[in-house]
Amino acid sequence: MMIKRTLSFVAMAAFSVSALAWQPSGKVECIAPADPGGGWDFTCRSVGNVMQELGLVEGSVQTVNMAGAGGGVAFAHTVSKRADDDKLIVAASTATTTRLAQKQFPGMDAGMVKWVGALGADYGIIAVSKDSEYQNLNQLFEAVKANPKSVKFSGGSARGGWDHLKVLIAAKAAGVEKLPSIPYLSYNNGGEAMTQVVGGQVDAFTGDVSEATGFMDSGDLRVLAVLSEERLPGKFSHIPTAREQGIDALGPNWRGFYMPEGASEESKEYWVAAVDKLYASEEWKKVMKSNGLIPFHPPANEFESFVRQQVQDIETLSREIGLLK
Amino acid sequence: METLGFLMEGFAVALTPYNLMFALFGAFVGTLIGCLPGLGPANGVAILIPLAFTLGLPPETAMILLTAVYAGAMYGGRISSILLNIPGDEPAMMTCLDGYPMAQKGRAADALAISAVASFAGGLIGTIGLIMLAPILAKFALTFGPAEYFALFLLAFATLGGITGKNPMKTVIAATIGIMISTVGIDISTGTQRYTFGVLELYEGIDFILAIVGLFAISELLFFVESRVGGGREKINVGKLTLSFKELVSTIPTQLRGGVLGFIAGVLPGAGASLGSFISYTLEKQVLGKKGKFGEGDIRGVVAPEAGNNGASSGALVPMLTLGVPGSGTTAVLLAMLISLNITPGPLMFTQNADIVWGVIAALLIGNVMLLLLNIPLVGFFVKLLSVPPMYLLPIVTMVAFVGIYSISHSTFDLYFMVAFGVAGYFLRKLEIPLVPIILGLLLGPEMEKNLGHALILSDGSWSILWGSSLAVGLWVVAGLGLVLPYVVGPLLRRRMNAAMKESPVSD
Repeated sequence: MMIKRTLSFVAMAAFSVSALAWQPSGKVECIAPADPGGGWDFTCRSVGNVMQELGLVEGSVQTVNMAGAGGGVAFAHTVSKRADDDKLIVAASTATTTRLAQKQFPGMDAGMVKWVGALGADYGIIAVSKDSEYQNLNQLFEAVKANPKSVKFSGGSARGGWDHLKVLIAAKAAGVEKLPSIPYLSYNNGGEAMTQVVGGQVDAFTGDVSEATGFMDSGDLRVLAVLSEERLPGKFSHIPTAREQGIDALGPNWRGFYMPEGASEESKEYWVAAVDKLYASEEWKKVMKSNGLIPFHPPANEFESFVRQQVQDIETLSREIGLLK
Repeated sequence: METLGFLMEGFAVALTPYNLMFALFGAFVGTLIGCLPGLGPANGVAILIPLAFTLGLPPETAMILLTAVYAGAMYGGRISSILLNIPGDEPAMMTCLDGYPMAQKGRAADALAISAVASFAGGLIGTIGLIMLAPILAKFALTFGPAEYFALFLLAFATLGGITGKNPMKTVIAATIGIMISTVGIDISTGTQRYTFGVLELYEGIDFILAIVGLFAISELLFFVESRVGGGREKINVGKLTLSFKELVSTIPTQLRGGVLGFIAGVLPGAGASLGSFISYTLEKQVLGKKGKFGEGDIRGVVAPEAGNNGASSGALVPMLTLGVPGSGTTAVLLAMLISLNITPGPLMFTQNADIVWGVIAALLIGNVMLLLLNIPLVGFFVKLLSVPPMYLLPIVTMVAFVGIYSISHSTFDLYFMVAFGVAGYFLRKLEIPLVPIILGLLLGPEMEKNLGHALILSDGSWSILWGSSLAVGLWVVAGLGLVLPYVVGPLLRRRMNAAMKESPVSD
């Protein structure tokens, strides 16, 4: 009896393995929707390398750069021209969901692709210069509450972009009412925005923790809060979260992938499992560590709903500040 | 002393065999481009940008390559000025005045040698000035807020006339075209789309690099196709070197004066190398007065402008590196390259990207030595290249441009765009509308707009913030002078320049 059961278990196991055994043959493509050198390009290249190292793919992972419209060109390409491609993944991040939420990809929405998974995140921070009068996030937002125009923020994204939204998420959680009145100065990148804060022209900086590392180390920048659930590991562990200061604000800039909605079920299962395996591997942990990525990986079955929720939240917020009508 | 430490680190970057190789290559190609009439430093750098992308060079190597090309073009410009009486580029115009007469007297080899030495002296003085001034200015630049930046950009626009000021109206038209192109895409201050007509590819605006390569490199090809210059030039005999050591020593004061003056002219935003060589030449003439035979082949008439324009080329890097505001057309192209490499130009580059900044500065020093070595023994080789028919050169340039632009974005849309810019550049040049102000408008326009918007946010909508600090007021005054002076002094200078250059044809 015992033997029989064991045998059937083995048979079942063998069966399920073969059912999952779809594997992409030949070359796999990873689209980075930006020029070489940015975050999406990094996602594709490093994931491709680790996947090859781990033997998750048979052939090679080729990174294709497809810049344009903040990811819109690649999104449109995936939806229209590659709708049933089993061997295609596209790098995405919170910037992608922000633009989807604000309808910046005309005629397209988050439901038109399959969201595969996230592989880590870069968390939002709010920081001031070392000479600033604000010692913690509460002091800062008390001042904003008293007069929404009193604290000027600068960040590396356009008005309504992710860096701006992080200020609004935190301000809303802190109970600030006149969100559209909060002054926000947009710069081309985090570096320029920080220059203005360090130079004393602007009061506070909003950005991601990885951008600010240089200025934190040099002591020019005082980080008031990180917008994560718990304190970050390693050298960031001294930064208090917004939550522990009583302001329930989260701002993960996750990095992950989507793939064509029309791809076969087997391939979708395969890619979700591949991202899970990759995330659990030692090799990927090394990559995360050396590039300042922080653990972030919603379970496979929840990622899709996480993305939808994020799109929903950003849409609501964008309406509130009048960016969407 | 801190600076010296950084400089040593810079040398560590620049002296790796890989970077050294690209510096040498850049210096060589730069000299070549400089000595070909019509191709100036801005074109040279624009042509080499796609190559940097094609080869996938790391940022510091790419910048070292391009600065070497820049320095090389400044050296090369003199060769055709002296031998053909056609300036290889605009800054080398003044070198024609005494260089060509020297060549006619059979002293071409001497003129080439002494001008190489003068270029070296100018470049060295300029680079030392850059090393001393840049870190100080970078610290000072931290105090620049949006209002000060706005005034600074205004100053750069106001002095635009100084760069290509033959017809100020055309300069204004060119700058306006540049600003108009720059408004396409998302407006980061409001998050709204402008002039994108629902075309996804336009959402992020028009890439500077596309515009630069199209305007400069592709239009050059179209000009060639039109003129069908297939034959090349006749071989030129350089003659023997008769330059004595005594003569060389006697030009040292001229070299120093020229280099320092050129550097100062280069630092002023908008002025650039042409002004550097012009001022150096004029001053030298004033100082020596009747003792010299200027215009008839005086050796110091070759030394002064060459020291001046090479000093200015290093000087022009100062505002570009410290403030992110280019002082000349070529530095505008270099700035665009920095932005494409994801490096934020400005005061913080000295702390955040110290390896790149100091690597480039060290490469400039090494490059100058290389250029001197290249230009004295190899001058015969460059002279021979002057007689290579352009039918072999330009197709290579075009091929590199296409491959390079495609390798940046893998988008055929970008290639069409580049060609469109090339065709536009061709017609603009036919209309004698200068191209450099277009690039400056394209680069500076959005920055000026952004800083105006930011200043108004900071002041809650009160315009008085724009002249709220003494620094801003100072910049406004200089901008005002920059706008007015060319009308007062300009015609005077131009008359003199024309009088001095009676017979020499000038090509841009």
